Order: sequence, then structure tokens, then C-alpha cells
Amino acid sequence: MDDEGPEAARLGERIRREAAYHKAPAGLAARVLASLPEVPAAPARSPAWRWNPWGLASGLATAFALMLAVGVFVAMPGADERLAEDIVAAHVRSLMVDHAFDVASSDSHTVKPWFAGKLDYSPPVVDLAAQGFALVGGRLDYLDHRPVAALVYRHRQHLINLFILPAARNARPRALEQHGFHLASWDSGGMTWWAVSDLNAQELGQFRSALEKAAE
Amino acid sequence: MDGNKTRRFEALVLPHLDAAYNLARWLMHSDQDGEDVVQEACLRAFRFLDGLHGEKARPWLLAIVRNTAMSWIEDGRGSNATREYDEARHAEGHVEGPEALLSRKDQRGQVNTALKKLPVEFREVLVLREMEDLSYQEIANIAAIPIGTVMSRLSRARKEFAALLAKEDCNG
Repeated sequence: MDDEGPEAARLGERIRREAAYHKAPAGLAARVLASLPEVPAAPARSPAWRWNPWGLASGLATAFALMLAVGVFVAMPGADERLAEDIVAAHVRSLMVDHAFDVASSDSHTVKPWFAGKLDYSPPVVDLAAQGFALVGGRLDYLDHRPVAALVYRHRQHLINLFILPAARNARPRALEQHGFHLASWDSGGMTWWAVSDLNAQELGQFRSALEKAAE
Repeated sequence: MDGNKTRRFEALVLPHLDAAYNLARWLMHSDQDGEDVVQEACLRAFRFLDGLHGEKARPWLLAIVRNTAMSWIEDGRGSNATREYDEARHAEGHVEGPEALLSRKDQRGQVNTALKKLPVEFREVLVLREMEDLSYQEIANIAAIPIGTVMSRLSRARKEFAALLAKEDCNG
């Protein structure tokens, strides 16, 4: 360490060069993983969900809409929170580098085939121009350790990134705000959908409703 | 089942397992204790994983390892090797075993022996600074001491280490 004088630097050098660096023994990682507790249920589940009086799937949609309306922030378990952060980052990046889409088209029949051969699943692509959300293009992105489809919609002057991943878990619909962006996530048709935008939560809710109607 | 948390643990904690073991092994005096401390520390890390936000994972994990090791030492847990080492170190007329004598033969052994003989509070700052290349601030957080104390402790640790090293060189 040269900020601590030559003698200190010499001693530091000897430690780095000559002292034993004890690497973890083979198998320690496996033993550590095996010792981890099975986490029975997501520990950070918000009481808002547990006490949700509507119960099953249909009720969840109602609850979701209600939450959007009142702007309730739902606490999320760690991993999903990280995914949400990644999604916001991907959204911001797509705006910053002016690289929102690889295929620019408002035609869903152009965008959807573009993903063929690039992904091991086929994301549903619909244009919602009539509902005020115009499809402007699509691109590949990378989330949750895999390539995913990102569709870009425009609502007035605002862009919406819609990420579509094969559903990996029984995710509940949720809305949250992160760094000034609104996110909405839900599962449907075997896919997990994440919408992110600087639109307000209510408009993002309308976007989601329009998507779901179009899918019916 | 919360596979996500396990995945997050694998991504954030496991890459630093070598650093964790190296610190534990240098604080404790046996392989077995080092490994047990790492196991216990990793369990704690898993439990507190949700609290890790934005900060660097390696110093965060090392702080947990360090605290686990220190509480083992304070409670006198661990194998005889760890428990008796510090007493033996100060014992009058302490006769070193053949292993220590043998390790004198090469330089590498001298540095290891000198480092091993340092009091634990000196050993930990040297390991964190020289082997893990951590900043004063990171060491301060890990050892739970003010940054000024880190600097003075490092300087005293180096002096004592140099003195022990000179003795080793003499003996060798």
C-alpha cells in the first residue's frame, strides 16, 4: 500500500505473495447450500394480500384495479424486487441509448415473427392503437438470466416497455413504484407480464386491461 | 418454497465463499473451525439476505463471517486448536511442534507463522487489508471500529508483524 509508506508496502507485498490464501475446501459450497432452510412461504408477503377478502383469481383482478386506483404500494419479496429493479433499469436503458426496439413496426404480424428463432417461446403481440396504446416495436432484452421479449408501446408522449416472460411461478398481480416509474406485473396465458413506464399507475392499469381484453 | 431467495444467495454470496473461508480460517486456527464458522455465517447471510441492498456483497459477507468468528472465540467454542492457540502463544518457554519448526525452512512459512502469532485484532485488519484489498471504510464497517482506529491498528499490526517476522528470520 503506497499510501502507507514503503515499509508498509513491503510488508503488504510479502503477505500477499507468501501468506497462505485459504480457498474454500471442495464441497463447502454444496454443504452450505444443503444447510439452507427450506423457506416455506414468501416471508415478505404483504398483509394486504393475505387479508384480501376477494379470494381467488377473479377477485385478485378487482383488488389489483382497486390498488392501482388508490396507489397502494405493495411490498415484494426480495427476488421479485430485484427483478423489478432490473426491469426499471432495462426501461431506462432503452430510453437512454435510444435503442427502444430492434424491430420498428406497429404491425403485430411483423413484430411477432421477428421473435421467432430468437426466443424459446412465442410472446403474444397485439397492437392497442385503438385503445390509445400504439405498438411501436419490439426488441430482445435480458432479464432473470434469460433473453426475453420486450414490446414498446406509446401512449401520448410516453413509452411503455412491456416485458413478456414464460411464467415461472404463481405470481400475483401487483403494482409498485420504483425510482419514479410505475410497474405492473401479472400472470396470464402462461406468461408473466411486466409493464413499466413513467405513466401514472392508473393509466398503466388501463394499459393492462386493454391488453387482457385483446387477449380474450 | 422460495427458490428465488436461494438463487439470490447463490448469485450474491457463493462467489465470495473463498474470501469468507480465508478470513474464517485466519481468525480461527483450524480448518474445521474455519469451515464451521463459514457454515454458520452463511446461514445468517441467508437469513439477512433481504437486507442486502445496493451495498457490495463481499464486505457485507465478511462482516458476518467476522462477527461469527469473534463470537466463537469469545465463547470459547471451536476445537482445541483454536481455543488453546492464544494461551499457548503467550506461554513461557512454549516449545513449538515439529510442524512449526518444519515450516521455518521456507520464507512462506515465516510469513504464515508470524501472521498466525499476531493477536486476532491485528490479524483481522491485515487479512482484510492485504489479502482482501478492502478500503479503510470497509474494514471499519466489518470490524465495527472507527476509521481512525483502523489506520492506527493497521500500523501497529504491521509493526508487530515485522517484529515477529524478524524473530522468525533470526530463528530460521
